[in-house]
Amino acid sequence: MPVMEYIEAIRTAMKDEMERDNRVFVMGEDVGLKGGVFGTTKGLQQQFGEMRSLDTPLAESAIAGVAIGAAMAGMRPVAEMQYSDFMFPATNQIISEAAKIRYRSNNDWDCPVVIRAPIGGGVFGGLYHSQCPESVFFGTPGLKIVAPSTAYDAKGLLLSAIRDPDPVLFFENKKCYRLISDEVPEGDYTVPIGKSKVMREGDDITIIGYSMPLHFAMQAAEELSREEGIEAHILDLRTLQPLDREGILEAVSRTGKVLIVHEDNKTGGVGAEVAAIISEELLYDLDAPIRRLCGPDVPAMPINPPGEKHFLLNKDKLKAAMLELARF
Amino acid sequence: MTHTGSVKNVSRHAALGLSDERAVHMYEKMQLTRKFDERAQLLQRAGKVNFHISGITQEPSQVAMAFAMNLENDWFLPYYRDYGFVLSVGMTVKELMLSLFAKAEDPNSAGRQMPGHFGSKRLRIVTGSSPVTTQVPHAVGFALAAKMRGEQSVSLVSFGEGSSNQGDFHEGCNFAGVMKLPVIFVCQNNGYAISIPFAKQSAGRIADRAIGYGFPGIRVDGNDPLEVYRVFAEAHKRALAGEGPTLIEIMTYRVTPHSTSDNDLAYRTKEEVDHHKALDAIPAFRAYLTELGLWSDEKEAELQARIRKEIDEATQYGENAPFQPVEDAFRYVYADSAPEGEGR
Repeated sequence: MPVMEYIEAIRTAMKDEMERDNRVFVMGEDVGLKGGVFGTTKGLQQQFGEMRSLDTPLAESAIAGVAIGAAMAGMRPVAEMQYSDFMFPATNQIISEAAKIRYRSNNDWDCPVVIRAPIGGGVFGGLYHSQCPESVFFGTPGLKIVAPSTAYDAKGLLLSAIRDPDPVLFFENKKCYRLISDEVPEGDYTVPIGKSKVMREGDDITIIGYSMPLHFAMQAAEELSREEGIEAHILDLRTLQPLDREGILEAVSRTGKVLIVHEDNKTGGVGAEVAAIISEELLYDLDAPIRRLCGPDVPAMPINPPGEKHFLLNKDKLKAAMLELARF
Repeated sequence: MTHTGSVKNVSRHAALGLSDERAVHMYEKMQLTRKFDERAQLLQRAGKVNFHISGITQEPSQVAMAFAMNLENDWFLPYYRDYGFVLSVGMTVKELMLSLFAKAEDPNSAGRQMPGHFGSKRLRIVTGSSPVTTQVPHAVGFALAAKMRGEQSVSLVSFGEGSSNQGDFHEGCNFAGVMKLPVIFVCQNNGYAISIPFAKQSAGRIADRAIGYGFPGIRVDGNDPLEVYRVFAEAHKRALAGEGPTLIEIMTYRVTPHSTSDNDLAYRTKEEVDHHKALDAIPAFRAYLTELGLWSDEKEAELQARIRKEIDEATQYGENAPFQPVEDAFRYVYADSAPEGEGR
């Protein structure tokens, strides 16, 4: 199986699906001739032409709104927000429109749109090129939200997202783009939306998270195994909405100790809902209080290197939190 | 072109390519809309329904713009006062009553949305919401899809003059202008955004905004439905010819309060409203048809009786129809039946 970069997996998913289904097209700022500011859509305009790899005016609400209209008209648009930090002008279109179109029309209309947006820091992007906006959209019924951590899941989830009959927010981690590579099958496969995945098995502590921080957890887990004999069980949520309740409960039951991690800030984050689910269902099976390790509750991360490092999670922060939980 | 033989004055509607029958039909739709609207207000005042938002005085232009559209191919994104428009593209009074009473059989939303939030795939009316102007980019998306598929289809989207200050208006116009998409942007300028008069909404003319987006903007008198028809037919032709969008500003006046929850005399005078009521285009259109021998008092009486019966029956039907069961609250959040990841 070929090893592929995370960004290449995303590009391949779009390319494959555009070859397979001529209703699929990508649109956004700089996605056409340039191939995206990160290169995610590189080559698509050359292969599919200007209309199917569509450079749009710089206006996020129109990018989302026009994609929503095209989706209602029967197309399968993949709209790109250049940075998730810039998708807030499109929030009204996403929350008031895309999320409610099926419901408000009593199933007469639907909105099979995909909105891709790069999340996360670690690229010296400062306050407005680093954010994780998941919690803004999380808890909006009618939306599906996915956030892959591996190249395999990035391709499989994007194919599922494009084929999904409902609106899907696809939060890809920009730090993962070229840092993360793994085996990706050639050709068609999907990763189901709504299903988590066990990344590592263990019996001492459970780590639940999504996107980039899970790679720190994996590195920390290998060291803890080697150095302390502590075996971590790591669950990748992959889909944030709908959350995989069964997967969460099964992973927590395995160890009775759980640490929830994400880069989005702690208060009101996805982790809070995961903790609530565990509390509702498994409180008396826990051997330690539920822990969360998340971005701090400050507006966003600064560009200065010490400040960015302070904001972000890393292997050492994960390792310390995991060790403390194991020793509880 | 010169005609030989008997010289006859060609009527205004005939000159626009509208048959006598279509002209009469337009008048009937105007009356039907007016009577529906009056009944809806009455039902709200009588406590039978919770809410109504009126389109009175805007019907003649709404009917005229619908008559310039192709009901087989075009896409319609009306706004909440567009009763004349939706009745002219095929919605029935019974369906509007089901919506007014918020009943399960309402094709717009099964009684989930407020009345005036239209939507019917069957009639190519795209579902709309309450945050104003969000439908403008959607119309552009429909036009984009039409262009991609090589379809001869035009999107018509309407909104008020207050709404035209929203970013989505500007973003949608700009996008459609850049891509020369077949969209007709319709601003129904009725003078008020709830209580705010036009002079406090905009320092310029809405129609002039089109210049900045590279396509024509036309201001038209909403009390002249034949002129409204003419400019819409022309915009439609331009759109199909690949010449891109048109912005049309219909000058009209809202004689009713914003909605049944509004007291308009808190911000305007009765004299001002009465002045505009006197300019009502429906009697004027009736006089026009009568003068041509296409209409008569007998026909009017017959029409009014027919409309009365239709509205009475629709009211009764809407009132007696069941609500959507509350258990259905969880239906259609997502496509329940489609397995995830298997979207086709």
